[in-house]
Amino acid sequence: MAKTIEEKQYLLRYNADPKSHLTILDHNKCATQCEGQICTIFCPGEVYKWEGDRMFVGYEGCHECGSCRIGCPNDNIKWEYPKGGHGVVFRLA
Amino acid sequence: MPEKFDVIVVGAGPGGAACANVCAKNGLKVLMVERGEYPGSKNVMGGILYRKQTEEIVPEFWKEAPIERPVVEQRFWMLEKESMVSMGYKGKEWAQEPYNNFTVLRAQFDQWFAQKAVEEGVLLINETVVTECIQEDGKVVGIRTDRPDGDIYADVVVLADGVNSLLAKSLGMRKPMQNEDVALCAMEVLNMPKGKINDRFGLEGNEGCSVEIFGDATKGELGTAFLYTNKDSINIGVGTTLSGMIRSKIKPYELLEYVKNHPMIRPYIHDGESAEYLAHLIPEGGYNAIPKLVGNGVLVIGDAAQLVNAIHREGSNMAMASGKMAAEAIVKAKQNKDFSEVGLDSYRTSIYDSFIGQDLKKYKDLTHTFENNPQYLNEYIPLMNRAASQFFTIDGTPKWDKQAKIMKSMTAGRGKFGVVKDIYQAWKVMK
Repeated sequence: MAKTIEEKQYLLRYNADPKSHLTILDHNKCATQCEGQICTIFCPGEVYKWEGDRMFVGYEGCHECGSCRIGCPNDNIKWEYPKGGHGVVFRLA
Repeated sequence: MPEKFDVIVVGAGPGGAACANVCAKNGLKVLMVERGEYPGSKNVMGGILYRKQTEEIVPEFWKEAPIERPVVEQRFWMLEKESMVSMGYKGKEWAQEPYNNFTVLRAQFDQWFAQKAVEEGVLLINETVVTECIQEDGKVVGIRTDRPDGDIYADVVVLADGVNSLLAKSLGMRKPMQNEDVALCAMEVLNMPKGKINDRFGLEGNEGCSVEIFGDATKGELGTAFLYTNKDSINIGVGTTLSGMIRSKIKPYELLEYVKNHPMIRPYIHDGESAEYLAHLIPEGGYNAIPKLVGNGVLVIGDAAQLVNAIHREGSNMAMASGKMAAEAIVKAKQNKDFSEVGLDSYRTSIYDSFIGQDLKKYKDLTHTFENNPQYLNEYIPLMNRAASQFFTIDGTPKWDKQAKIMKSMTAGRGKFGVVKDIYQAWKVMK
């Protein structure tokens, strides 16, 4: 059974768009105005990783759920859908 | 002049496909636009599909639809760390026609359901994102897509674009969503041989079982976990309000692992083989979160209209029912040649008069009450477990003494007044 998030994400099929559909509007805000970088906790695909001074966005693993769109305390994420036919492709549920 | 349709439906989930289907049956020229590779490829559901509203779109659908199992048993588990109080109902009448509800795998069901709309004459275009609604003189007159020369026109545009509905937002039809108005749910599909599923859940043949799990599964945050049996797999998932996840700093996939490894749950799923991991938002804001449903040339249905009854896990059925009501309003508007907000208003009144509006109104304060009063989950469920343990443990204490002790412990935490207040408050939001 898949235990880690890496193992879980590996179960998914993605058709990644070369262009990210998730954009941090102001990287400076993540560094200076955000306590705890909560998106790195609640994102179910572990798309957001804090690299000490900058937010890394691994959009290729995004489930397109929209949690970060709503949950970012600074409304600092521009959230769009990936280009038609791209992004996550659920095969089962 | 580009091609013009009577109706454009944005999104080919259950709501969109139901709306498109009914429109086409009534002779309208319908285009349905889906952003995924195929309908269902972006959609996630725990897995319970209700018979009634599906049957109203496709009669006797269970004879040909890719359903997993008819549910014959519904269980409810109130979980503590190492115990649970369980209740439920199992009935053989649910194992035969016309059935009550079914487990389904959405990526498969949605493809079939959208295909039924296509068979009625709907034109389905996949792999296309609708980037905005085209407006003229305060009226929605079409859609702009991410394809080259991607403008398409219609008398009415139906927004069935799911929980995030960026289109309803851009038209100003709804307020920004709040963290407490959505549940973030993570789930896994675990492959398991049919015989093993039947043995573990006490099922025969193709009978299915659903288990709703409360309490320790969400570590006290407002939410639920579930186990649903498919033909040869099990769906296991857990969700809490996004605000709950943020407050408790839980990673959704770690909460899912906590549920999978819970001693009350583990025996049912152990040695299952992970087949897929999925996450999704459920709109749980209820009655107060319903957006403006009708505008000039535009209607909002399903998750996009936040039509979910969280307490009864109803969503896809409300999506289908709202899709059908939208279609009926469009047919009426077509007859009257009036696609304005007034001309389409019968959709709004249909929603509020139907079980959708009535049920969401019934529970309109429920989510916030439970969210703001964590004692319901954190105190009463452990208390139920302790009471059951004490009452059923044979240790030579007379039952009257046990009852007295249980009654005393009931009021120890919150006080007699507190308990009465909690019961009254719970009754008030559920009555």
